[in-house]
Amino acid sequence: MIQVQNLHFGYRRKKIFTGLNLKLQAGHIYGLLGKNGTGKSTLLKNMAGLLFPQEGTVNVLGFTPGKRQPAFLQDIFMVPEEFYLPDMPIEHLIKYNAPFYPKFNEDQFNRFITEFDIPRSNTMQQMSYGQKKKVLISFGLACNTSVLLMDEPTNGLDIMSKSQFRKVIAGCLDENKCIVISTHQVKDLESLIDRVTIIDEGRILFDQTVDNITNRLSFHISYDSEEIKQALFREPTLRGSAVITRNTLGDESKLDLELLYKAIVLNGNAIQSVFNA
Amino acid sequence: MQFRESQAIYLQIADYVCEKIMLKEWKVEERIPSVRELAVQLEVNPNTVMRTYDFLQQQEIIHNQRGIGYFVSPAAIKNAQTYRKNDFVEKDLPQVFRTMFLLGMDPEELKPRFEKFKKQHFA
Repeated sequence: MIQVQNLHFGYRRKKIFTGLNLKLQAGHIYGLLGKNGTGKSTLLKNMAGLLFPQEGTVNVLGFTPGKRQPAFLQDIFMVPEEFYLPDMPIEHLIKYNAPFYPKFNEDQFNRFITEFDIPRSNTMQQMSYGQKKKVLISFGLACNTSVLLMDEPTNGLDIMSKSQFRKVIAGCLDENKCIVISTHQVKDLESLIDRVTIIDEGRILFDQTVDNITNRLSFHISYDSEEIKQALFREPTLRGSAVITRNTLGDESKLDLELLYKAIVLNGNAIQSVFNA
Repeated sequence: MQFRESQAIYLQIADYVCEKIMLKEWKVEERIPSVRELAVQLEVNPNTVMRTYDFLQQQEIIHNQRGIGYFVSPAAIKNAQTYRKNDFVEKDLPQVFRTMFLLGMDPEELKPRFEKFKKQHFA
């Protein structure tokens, strides 16, 4: 559904990508993780046609995003981290924007707005950042595009909204849809994503399905000093150490995304070796 | 939805479904929530619930009627008990035994407590 081949991209003096390759398929929710400034947003913008590759190709739904053909634009939606919504009531926002998206479903949109508890009568100026974000997320989801890109969607959402967000996303994934969510808030999305993609220093550091990860790796608390010493990654906690080891018993443990992320950034080779074997 | 245990989420969801069936909240031959419904309720990826349902089908706890949905199988309670019992005996019981040993407790002490518990919660 999305293919990125040998992508080179940089801003004026700063190189971001030097030959990045990535393939994303329909029917999945991808979690895009990475340190600040590693190019998560830049990658999403290259996919959305908001930035153009300097070298290499990006192919989304069979289109070159940079050409911004209408047939492409009506089937992709991006919820950026920073955005501007003109000061108008929700109805007008729909009236002026929905016609660009043939699969837009107004009933669905109204349902999301109700679920997110957004006051209908307010104009955008009267809304908080979080409320505006929820309007944009609701709109993006109701557009029913094949590709949905979201940059830090849970930033600015309160506790209830984060839960509602997960429900809404869980309900809208289908086998024809590809959802990419970039995030730092791994705990918010841990149970939602089924593929983890980590970028670092302009390249893909790690890209595996959650099933594959829990199949090969075991996440648990260990008290066994020998096991802790042998672990692929360890972190002391109040009770024992949180460790990542090879999964040798065949039991699947729950993915600890935060621990995995740290392990890959700090001790990537050890983790990679488990998947390359 | 909180997932606390160290077990994979799809297995925790399997436990949840087994519990609904063993408590007879979901009855034999009745339709259970669809993959999407349960995914929304538990705030998880639908693919994860799909994996749970595949797993429970293998255990003959639920079955799929094409185009209609998933149903509780006739032998579901027995099969769910067998599945959960293995898990309990292998994983939970050793913890209980360890604590009992440390506290110098005897299995006989448990019997009246267990009877009282049943009366309180399931009478």
